[in-house]
Amino acid sequence: MKFTVDWLKNHLDTKFNNNQIMDKLTNIGLEVESFESTTSELDTFIVAKIINAKTHPNADRLKLCDVDIGSDKTIEVVCGAPNAKNGLLTVYAPPGSIIPKNRMKLSVSKIRGVTSYGMLCSESELLLSNESDGIIELNNKYANKIGEKYFKNTSEKVIDLSITPNRPDCLGVRGIARDLSAAGAGKLKINKKSNLKYRGNQNINVTIKKEKAQGCTIFGSCLIKGVTNKESPKWLKDKILSLGQKPISAIVDITNYVMFDLNRPLHAYDADKIDNEIIVRSSSKGESFEALDNKKYILENDMCVISDRSGVLGLGGIIGGTRSGTEYSTKNILLESAYFLPRSIRKTSKQLNIDTDAKFRFERGIDPLSIEEGLIKASEIIKQICGGEISNLDVKKIETYKKTTINFDPFLFEKTTGFNVENKELIKILEKLGFNVSKNKKILKLAIPSWRPDITQPIDIVEEIVRIKGYEHINTSEPVKTRLKPTLNYHQKLFHFLQRSVASKGYLETVTWSFTDSKINQLFKENDEEIPIVNPISSDLNVLRNSIFPNLLFYLKKNLDRGFKDISLFEIGPAFKGKNPGDQLTVIGAVRAGKVSRLSWNDKERIVDTFDVKKDLIQTLCEAGINKDDIFIDDRTPTYYHPGKSGGVYQNKNEKNAVAYFGEIHPNLIKKLDIKTEGLVIFEICLDYIKESKQKIKDLKSEYKFSDFQKSERDFAFIINKNFKSQELVNIIKSVDNKLIQSVRVFDVFEGENIPEGKKSIAVNVTIQSDEKTLNENDLDKINKLIISSVESKSGAKIRS
Amino acid sequence: MSDIKKIKDDYIDKLNTENNIEKVNNIKSELFGKNGIISNEFKKLGSISVEERKKLASDLNNIKDELQNKISIKIQEIETKEINLKLEKEKIDVTLPERNIEIGKIHPVSQVIDEISSIFSEIGFSVEEGPDVENEYNNFTALNTPDNHPARDMHDTFYLDNNKELLLRTHTSPVQVRTMLKGKPPFKIIAPGRTYRSDSDQTHAPMFHQVEGLHIDKNINMGHLKGCLNYFIKEFFEVDKIKMRFRPSHFPFTEPSAEVDIGYEIKNGKIVIGEGNKWLEILGCGMVHPNVLKNVKVNPSKYQGYAFGIGIDRLGMLKYGINDLRAFFETDYRWLSHFGFDPLDVPSNYRGLSR
Repeated sequence: MKFTVDWLKNHLDTKFNNNQIMDKLTNIGLEVESFESTTSELDTFIVAKIINAKTHPNADRLKLCDVDIGSDKTIEVVCGAPNAKNGLLTVYAPPGSIIPKNRMKLSVSKIRGVTSYGMLCSESELLLSNESDGIIELNNKYANKIGEKYFKNTSEKVIDLSITPNRPDCLGVRGIARDLSAAGAGKLKINKKSNLKYRGNQNINVTIKKEKAQGCTIFGSCLIKGVTNKESPKWLKDKILSLGQKPISAIVDITNYVMFDLNRPLHAYDADKIDNEIIVRSSSKGESFEALDNKKYILENDMCVISDRSGVLGLGGIIGGTRSGTEYSTKNILLESAYFLPRSIRKTSKQLNIDTDAKFRFERGIDPLSIEEGLIKASEIIKQICGGEISNLDVKKIETYKKTTINFDPFLFEKTTGFNVENKELIKILEKLGFNVSKNKKILKLAIPSWRPDITQPIDIVEEIVRIKGYEHINTSEPVKTRLKPTLNYHQKLFHFLQRSVASKGYLETVTWSFTDSKINQLFKENDEEIPIVNPISSDLNVLRNSIFPNLLFYLKKNLDRGFKDISLFEIGPAFKGKNPGDQLTVIGAVRAGKVSRLSWNDKERIVDTFDVKKDLIQTLCEAGINKDDIFIDDRTPTYYHPGKSGGVYQNKNEKNAVAYFGEIHPNLIKKLDIKTEGLVIFEICLDYIKESKQKIKDLKSEYKFSDFQKSERDFAFIINKNFKSQELVNIIKSVDNKLIQSVRVFDVFEGENIPEGKKSIAVNVTIQSDEKTLNENDLDKINKLIISSVESKSGAKIRS
Repeated sequence: MSDIKKIKDDYIDKLNTENNIEKVNNIKSELFGKNGIISNEFKKLGSISVEERKKLASDLNNIKDELQNKISIKIQEIETKEINLKLEKEKIDVTLPERNIEIGKIHPVSQVIDEISSIFSEIGFSVEEGPDVENEYNNFTALNTPDNHPARDMHDTFYLDNNKELLLRTHTSPVQVRTMLKGKPPFKIIAPGRTYRSDSDQTHAPMFHQVEGLHIDKNINMGHLKGCLNYFIKEFFEVDKIKMRFRPSHFPFTEPSAEVDIGYEIKNGKIVIGEGNKWLEILGCGMVHPNVLKNVKVNPSKYQGYAFGIGIDRLGMLKYGINDLRAFFETDYRWLSHFGFDPLDVPSNYRGLSR
């Protein structure tokens, strides 16, 4: 909402200076976005000085001037003026300027082969005089103004308020003045009583059809006959310009002026173009009309239209039509001041995608009692500027406005805000805002002003009082530190823990969009449904991500393209499994690309592999409290993994859902995504599948036991089927004697020379220790034999001799 | 006597010039071995008179001590020399690079969320979460923003179906609705998370982060709201004093509503929070609207309280001098390395919010 201070003062007697007014506006909830002069086309013309004028190499009559344009900048301008000479102070127009005389927009151009940046101006070009023989010669007073604007911007400063959607009344200057007066910033001026003389009746018949979907409840109008439409006088043009709008003609400018002055939209029809009568009705599908924005609209059912016998004239409260539009030649006008229902306006404008100032206001709720006021104010000004005779006002309505009242207990104010305002002051504020206040013991009975559709219940009254009184009166109470429950629950703790645990292994955390490119997503979505966004921001962010990897790999590629080689990235966030609320999992996705020990002077460099990410993953899970001994690995993984070099991780052997996967990415995908790197391995953890340990850490810690008896280590090497999993071998050995066998570690795997085809050699180191005694050779021998026989019988392996 | 004295002097001289450990050991056995010179002298003691024996024995013992002492010093001396010589040869260039360090980082958004959670934890708030996909009711209608409300236009919404029933939440406020529907008052929660709006330019991203706050109890008023936010802002920016301004605004789900500005100034091209005469809007808040409380089955005549919503990314940008919001989500390795935080730098009350 834009307006000038002068305009405000038409409605407000105030001693406040501009700054005080601005502060007050913001403090009562009418936020000042800016308070600035409107920019002018003339702002670009600046004072400049010719430093050096020399003859153009290709044209005797032209000169090449080095021009000082301030801020230590010198540019070269080609100039044809005979008076261009060294030291001359003149006016410079940079490229982009519009020359007032011919409305030409300057651009950087070559004149006879030399580039000219802008031009030096004559008085005639600037419409200052007819002098066109040479460029302007400024006197020495301008010597210290080089670089400054030549034309003073005399336009009045414009206030731009950001009005919240609950305050339609402040979409008019008078409403703003009223708020300011309530806040003690002055006195609201009383409207002058109109002494307008009416002649004759409004003889164009108006009917509001009683229909279920009728969007209009009141239609007021008057006829003004014998007007002379013309260009608006300067004062009115200035007002319209200050709104940031273009003056059109007096009639149109006046209706706009009244709209911004009183928040009362009006519409003027050329009365001679109306076919017999006005019918306010709901549209039928397929009807059409050409609107004042020169677009043709084809209507749906049940849009509120103003029509005559020939058809639709305009959309009520939104936009008029060209068929009945006013022109300079218009002699007789029908002025409309109506009330349209917000819901109807909003629906129609959404369907047709139209936004106008009138629509914006009706959608928020116009004062239904301002019909006559608007007609009178506009008629008065029209008569003043365009002449004419005004008919009696004709107001048709199908509903009568009923004033609503609220019973307000002043205690609610203190209860809500924490501070007290005396009843007297409170009543004064409300009255100034236009409430009618009567008292019933402690309760205030408040009649709500017709221009405040936002006020419907006592809490709204609290807001009115506290905002006018000032939020600075609210006390600052020390925070209450009472805790109702722990800050984080198990899965939230897990989130934070895993996040930092992964990062501590050298991964950079990233945050990427929750949406992604369906083409990439499709490679990772497995059996999940695709979740398209109806109105995506762009076609390559058109689905919710089913996995974190589409984005992670997309950005990995970008970083590889930036020349980084060894990259570890991860993200923790949602992966979507369906389109309903809650169909999402919290997932960590991590990628590692490149080499380990690249360019190391002491270690041999190698490509990252599955066991690098397996280590990062398992260590992370252990750090988050998962028991390593229970972890079970298998090789069923999603299809985007390398089928032979990937694994699934289960919290224990009996769990259904894998808590994590790790491994190489499928080579086909790397090709499809065109990722160029030496090695690429990934892992993912699904937080939702991690189950909380039944025992708290304090219980686990108290179970501390250890053995001081001597421990022994034995190595075994088995020849075993190539596909036999080492995990199973380890489990077979452990199950030989859970008490004595403390740990089993695979330390060598070997295929090839001396090993039969289809077999491999696995060497394990077994630690044996008893809680009860030191084991003797005999005990150890027994267990060794048991290990060998168990492994051989359960796995078909042979001990290597 | 003079014999053994001479022997002693000879050997002391020998030892003095000897630098080979083996030769020292040879001397040792020459003197003290089974048939060593000194050993033999001791054997002679049995064949001389008691008088002489006493004197000789004493001299002999002194000489023996002196020589043995000399030998052990010499051995130590040589050994030390040899070790030093060996160490000298083993010297490496310790300025050579260590094995590769891989430094991971926590994204600034995550760090700021942890900072925020830590601060609110101190004053008794717990953390709630809600889904990114919401239904229209939780995101708008329950929050007193019915379909025909112009306030809906302020939220450019991503929809997942043509009926506009399912959407990506435009703010974290639906978590309020979920929390209150599933529990009983009092409520004291914050809800950080991802939010989505379909506009995108230098200062807007289609996805950003908010933290919602909600405190509902029997007597919670605007003074508590002011106190809570004042505490939070001071703690977050780690300043003693902060210039803060509450000014009236409008949100459908709070009444009265406020926007909060903090004072700032530009010093050497950098923004300094807390001082100065410029205002920066950082959050919206207010008393939860009775209509909202009714919608979530909380009796507004018994319970009342406040809610607020803060832009997390924006807070992070202000605190850590990040200029470009879009960069948060572009996964530039250089940016993440620079603006990211050490994983062990966990914001906490006792250890401090940030390093």
